[in-house]
Amino acid sequence: MIAEAGLALLWFAAALALLQLFAGAMSLGRLADGDFAGIVRPAAIIQGPLVGLSFLMLVWLFLRTDLSVLLVAANSHSAKPFIFKLAGTWGNHEGSMLLWVTVMALSGSFVALVERRLPERTMIATLAAQAFVSLGFYAFLLFSSNPFERLPRPVPEGNGLNPLLQDIGLAFHPPTLYIGYVGLSVAFSFAVGALLTREVGPAFARAMRPWVLGSWIFLTVGITAGSYWAYYELGWGGWWFWDPVENASLMPWLAATALLHSASVLVSRDALRTWTLMLGVVAFSMSMVGTFLVRSGILTSVHAFAVDPERGSFILALLAIYIGGALALFGARASTVSEGKQFSLVSREAGLVFNNVALSAILGIVLLGTLYPLLTEAFDTKVSVGPPYFNPVGAIFAIPMIVVMAIGPLLRWRRDSFGRITKILVLPAVLTALVLAGAAVLVPGIGILPLLGLGLSLGLGIGSLLPLVGRDLRRTPLPTWGMVVGHFGLAVALFGMASESAFSTEKLVAAKAGDTVTVGPWSVELAGVEPVAGPNWTALEANMIARYQGGAPITLHPQSRNFTQPPMTTSESALSTRWNGQLYAVLGEQGLDGRWQLRLWWKPFVPLIWLGGFLIALGGALALVGRVMGDVRRGAQRRRIEMRRENNPLPGAVPEPAE
Amino acid sequence: MSTALKPKHQRLALVVLALVVLVGAALLAAWGLRGQASYFYVPSDIASDPPEAGRAVRLGGMVQEGSIKTMPDGVTVAFIVGDGEATVPVRYTGITPDLFVEGSGVVADGRLAPDGTFVADSLLAKHDENYMPRELEDMSKAQAKAVVAETE
Repeated sequence: MIAEAGLALLWFAAALALLQLFAGAMSLGRLADGDFAGIVRPAAIIQGPLVGLSFLMLVWLFLRTDLSVLLVAANSHSAKPFIFKLAGTWGNHEGSMLLWVTVMALSGSFVALVERRLPERTMIATLAAQAFVSLGFYAFLLFSSNPFERLPRPVPEGNGLNPLLQDIGLAFHPPTLYIGYVGLSVAFSFAVGALLTREVGPAFARAMRPWVLGSWIFLTVGITAGSYWAYYELGWGGWWFWDPVENASLMPWLAATALLHSASVLVSRDALRTWTLMLGVVAFSMSMVGTFLVRSGILTSVHAFAVDPERGSFILALLAIYIGGALALFGARASTVSEGKQFSLVSREAGLVFNNVALSAILGIVLLGTLYPLLTEAFDTKVSVGPPYFNPVGAIFAIPMIVVMAIGPLLRWRRDSFGRITKILVLPAVLTALVLAGAAVLVPGIGILPLLGLGLSLGLGIGSLLPLVGRDLRRTPLPTWGMVVGHFGLAVALFGMASESAFSTEKLVAAKAGDTVTVGPWSVELAGVEPVAGPNWTALEANMIARYQGGAPITLHPQSRNFTQPPMTTSESALSTRWNGQLYAVLGEQGLDGRWQLRLWWKPFVPLIWLGGFLIALGGALALVGRVMGDVRRGAQRRRIEMRRENNPLPGAVPEPAE
Repeated sequence: MSTALKPKHQRLALVVLALVVLVGAALLAAWGLRGQASYFYVPSDIASDPPEAGRAVRLGGMVQEGSIKTMPDGVTVAFIVGDGEATVPVRYTGITPDLFVEGSGVVADGRLAPDGTFVADSLLAKHDENYMPRELEDMSKAQAKAVVAETE
């Protein structure tokens, strides 16, 4: 009964979305009186709980391992640990689409419930756009990916979950990214709503900004966690592969980063109106392009799963309708959106424009590189695009962007002079140059990109802290802290990336018990290899004793793990983290002579890559908290003023509360 | 310098700058991608028109039955990749992927050595029982069967 109830709730929610779209369109077109407008908000508010409940029912079916449901039988197994039964709910196509729709419906409810700053007409247009987008996904779920489908008769046991996905990092990685993707659908709806009513100004940007910030935080965390997962779980020691699935999450992140910054300009200075609208459309389009690439199987990836060409066409159709529709609307309306305020070529605005252009260029490069194999395949030429393309071509735009990132926050709004800021920047510039020269001399054979990375990370690290100089730190607003922490986080991550590629050392050997291997400053002894067993796997586990420069022994236990359901072998790497880097060990196969293959890496400062990623997300979170608190305070102040005005009507205007 | 410009000209300058950068990005990307064509080879391609030694290419095919041999250092494997028409000897130093087995598909990134051996930097085998490298999907079933028949 639970499965049928879950499906019924979905149908009901889809019907409400249809009603929401219809009522919104009627009242926008002034085809009916105000009564229709009154339906839009409640319809949006009720959808969230309905779909949420439906999702909880699917979770319940997975937790109980209800083998009469096709999806559960195909993706779960009664012997699976609890946490992976839970994660199994979204570790497959249908479940992840239901999660997508759930997040979308809950966001819609939230917007309808709390957003009171926009003009009512714009709000209705936004909610109608949101309903239009949701309907496509409801249709996708109900007509092509029903998660609640029953089997004709229950099976005795389930199929299990892909062992690579049975990892705590990956269990929460897809939902994190999904929240990010779907949050951008809200930004998209705001942009479409604003285009429909031509109300594009600071109020629109202020309403949209928390959604962009929120999605951006989740995307940042998701990408960072995904990179770390690939690094330790796949056992190849790499943290970024330029794989289509990785690019699928990077592209919306790049667009959202640009949108975040242009929305700030729109809020603070009422400039970049059309550009911000355009990015609002592009950011969600990138989420959908990513979903299409991952779900359609059109590009093979080392970690694409749940692929199906028919679903690919469905997403492609949605993509064409939404992106095509929004771009057509943009084309028709963009010229009627009035221009914003002016600014000088040397100003904070110009710095942010530069950042936006560079981010767009990088986005274009990643998009082209990801789609290029598809295009050439149409002409029967198979190509693979990889790091030799992405790294140098992307760096051409990333490097100037990072330079401007260090300078931009020091510039004043509207107009500034180079003379004023060069004085501030002399010290970081000189330090960076010295370190660059030092590294080039001390480390022979260091590549140009790692060298530039090291130098830029130092310059940006110092530059990003400069906005705090001379401020009372306790009275510095949270959003300013957010910017400083976020930019500093990028410097930290960049240092980790450059250090990893410049200084990593690797050792690959065949060793027998008792042998000692040295890698970088480490000596690692293979004490032995023992069989061990887990809840649904057995493994061969190496016992290694590692010493850093002859210091205290640390034990490492890399495994080669065998799963029976489905049958598969995975490598579990072992990591030992110090403040200055990470030792990485993988156990390979046993040769005929009894020796074990061992692969060891010493990667100096590599954890900074992910620490930096989390700092970037933390910066976003600080900014979001600061903004939301500011909005709440301003709202309370406005209400107080209104109340005073009602109680005590005075001639003359009451000043608006300051930003 | 900028103070001399009228606001309208400043805006125009920014738009022009943005366009120049974006067009530049597209040109750079096109230039970067140009080098990526003629990158993937199957053994019969190598037999008929071999890439020059040392150029980074990708080789795809089936691992022949009985061809995997481990070298005395314990970490280098030598094997033969075929596509039913031609074969190429491959050498790889490293831990082989979990699903790297004889009679199964493999994609190797690396370069051709002067002696005609393909030296692989990385191997990509079937990821799981459902996954097949895209480059191998088009090798016709007949070809695959021929490889199996030939080596059994």
